[in-house]
Amino acid sequence: MSNKTQITSSCATCPAHHVANLKKLGVNMDSWDYVVALAGNPNTGKSTVFNALTGLRQHTGNWPGKTVTRAEGGFSYNGKRYKLVDLPGTYSLLSTSVDEEVARNFILFGRPDVTVIVVDATRLERNLNLVLQVLEITDRAVVCLNLMDEARRHRLQIDDRLLSKELGVPVVPTSARQGEGIPDLLRAISDVATGVYICRPHRIESGSKKLKQAINQLVAKIEAEYPGLTNARWVALRLLEGDPQIIDAVRSGELGSLNETTEPTNGELMIENWKMEKRKSKIED
Amino acid sequence: MNSSNKSREAILATANGVRWELGEELHDSLIESIYRDAANIAGKVVTKVGEKPRFDWDRTLDRLLTSRWTGLPIMLLLLTLVFWITIAGANVPSSMLAALLLDTIHPALKNFGAAIAMPWWLSGFLFDGVYLAMAWVVSVMLPPMAIFFPLFTLLEDFGYLPRVAFNLDHLFRKAGAHGKQALTMVMGYGCNAAGVVAARVIDSPRERLIAIITNNFSLCNGRWPTQILIATLFIGSLAPAGLAGLLSAGAVVAVALFGVFLMFATSWFLSRTLLKGEASSFSLELPPYRPPRILRTLYTSVIDRTLIVLWRAVMWAAPAGAVIWLLSNIKIADVSLAEHIINFFNPFGLFIGLNGVILLAYIIAIPANEIVIPTVLMLTVLSAKLAGFGAGAGVMFELDDLESYLKVFEAGGWTLLTAVNLMLFSLVHNPCSTTIYTIYKETGSAKWTAVSAFLPIVMGLALCFLVAQVWRVVM
Repeated sequence: MSNKTQITSSCATCPAHHVANLKKLGVNMDSWDYVVALAGNPNTGKSTVFNALTGLRQHTGNWPGKTVTRAEGGFSYNGKRYKLVDLPGTYSLLSTSVDEEVARNFILFGRPDVTVIVVDATRLERNLNLVLQVLEITDRAVVCLNLMDEARRHRLQIDDRLLSKELGVPVVPTSARQGEGIPDLLRAISDVATGVYICRPHRIESGSKKLKQAINQLVAKIEAEYPGLTNARWVALRLLEGDPQIIDAVRSGELGSLNETTEPTNGELMIENWKMEKRKSKIED
Repeated sequence: MNSSNKSREAILATANGVRWELGEELHDSLIESIYRDAANIAGKVVTKVGEKPRFDWDRTLDRLLTSRWTGLPIMLLLLTLVFWITIAGANVPSSMLAALLLDTIHPALKNFGAAIAMPWWLSGFLFDGVYLAMAWVVSVMLPPMAIFFPLFTLLEDFGYLPRVAFNLDHLFRKAGAHGKQALTMVMGYGCNAAGVVAARVIDSPRERLIAIITNNFSLCNGRWPTQILIATLFIGSLAPAGLAGLLSAGAVVAVALFGVFLMFATSWFLSRTLLKGEASSFSLELPPYRPPRILRTLYTSVIDRTLIVLWRAVMWAAPAGAVIWLLSNIKIADVSLAEHIINFFNPFGLFIGLNGVILLAYIIAIPANEIVIPTVLMLTVLSAKLAGFGAGAGVMFELDDLESYLKVFEAGGWTLLTAVNLMLFSLVHNPCSTTIYTIYKETGSAKWTAVSAFLPIVMGLALCFLVAQVWRVVM
């Protein structure tokens, strides 16, 4: 009897117990304390993680590119309300597809308090490419090492603590389909959001001395113009590459404003793109 | 403001200045360093334990399912199996629902109307028109959808869909369309509106429009019953009793395959005329096969997909039922409005190998393809003045045995040509209003919505005309 009481009380003190404090809010979001973005390669289970956290039933399916709209939902954890945004899956944030632009713009201009990067544990190397790119833009991220059940099936062992040390952000192994690891993921999100965990994200070593000099020169100027910008280095690199969208953002000051960009509806977006494509092909002719 | 503008421009100027010094390899070297770091980290944290499993399931399955020789036949077989299970499994629950909604509740409602002395036109309008149309749609649509969607979602969860896209990619590419159109095509077999929404997976607007416009050539759930009934009645009866089932099933599959052919042909045509352009390339990751979560799939596909689609259909069926009832009961010079319209359409209908009843039925049934057959039956009885069938003017009904169906059709002057053309027209006509509305929402363009609606109807009429002319020469 006394033994039993002991077990209950040790459960209550266990941090994982906090899952009892999880309240799935579905789409009932009028106000929130933190915004959390879900990024990741296609088909790594972002929507499954999204559903597990919000209690929504966003359609999931085993094919890449299934999430075609930006889904939003919410949950409340430890008394704080979180808005969760499910971004379309992308392999990188570099090239120019609509998906990559939506994902990149949200992380860049939407300024989520935490970006959860869902990665496929069985294809870690390729997934890390995206993780490293996200870590260049934001320094508040959590890596959700998903599909651990499949990694076990493929007899892969992943040292998640070493990975966390290498990346400088929390790494949480999960199997979202089975609900494994979700409590730990919640704790990690809350730790990063509330500043209990300070991320020291891995930054990519940037080649030549000349490049380093150029970056430093630009970063100083950018930080002077936009104080408090956390990703000046990334912006400097995009400017050096001549990324037209970032050039526009610097020129208009959008980079500094905290406003969330309003997105056109799917129909408008499609016809706009269609006109753009036609114009482009005319120019090429 | 001015000073901040200046300093912003200064940033850009600095960047421009340095960019030329750094040279063009900057982008590549950045990507290289990302890849290098990723490989380094992954190498440190991942270890492979134990010996390799002797048999690699994923590999073996992929060899079979995406092979040049076995891929397409297996795909056809799987889809046939899904449709067969759907068709065979839907019969029993369908007739149970029909017995409940049409044979039990409907008379009860009529009695209730009589008991409270409801005027005949109100009870007719509400119970024979609105209620019966909704009840018919529920009993005909719910069982096949409740079987088809879960089966389809299981395949999806398992990871089969990307393999379908992989198998069909080169065909779609030849047609100037996007390989992922295969995914939207398969979704369309459940519901065209769902297929149109699924076209969002295609990035290029040009190819997305092609996928949206041609999705209509995927026979949807609402049209399978028409195909099966007409094939069983007219085509199956051409063969000896033992082979009748096989022949009629073959006819349905042939129509479905003809739909796939039309989808390729129309995509090819569009990508060379209205929607000129090259097929864009895309990379499609073949995901690992995953054991489907059966209970969860059942739950989500029944609740989220089936009920939503059904609800939409019911909402459209109600006003359609009301229109049918009104057309049959409003009389001008002692002849119902419906008969006037049928007589008006008859010359043109017969000319293209259909008839006035079918054309009127397709106009009334714009909201939902499911109500085509009941509307055709009702209008045929009405116009042929067939005694002993149906329950009065404007009452949709379902006949219990195939013999009585055939009698009704023969009395309406139907021939084998009418049947063949009805099957073709059911495949190639305007999308239902739900789909049209979805197309408008997805494209945001009235012009492309109009193209999606009118292109197939023109094609369908031309096709029927052609078949009728050839038929009349040959037969």
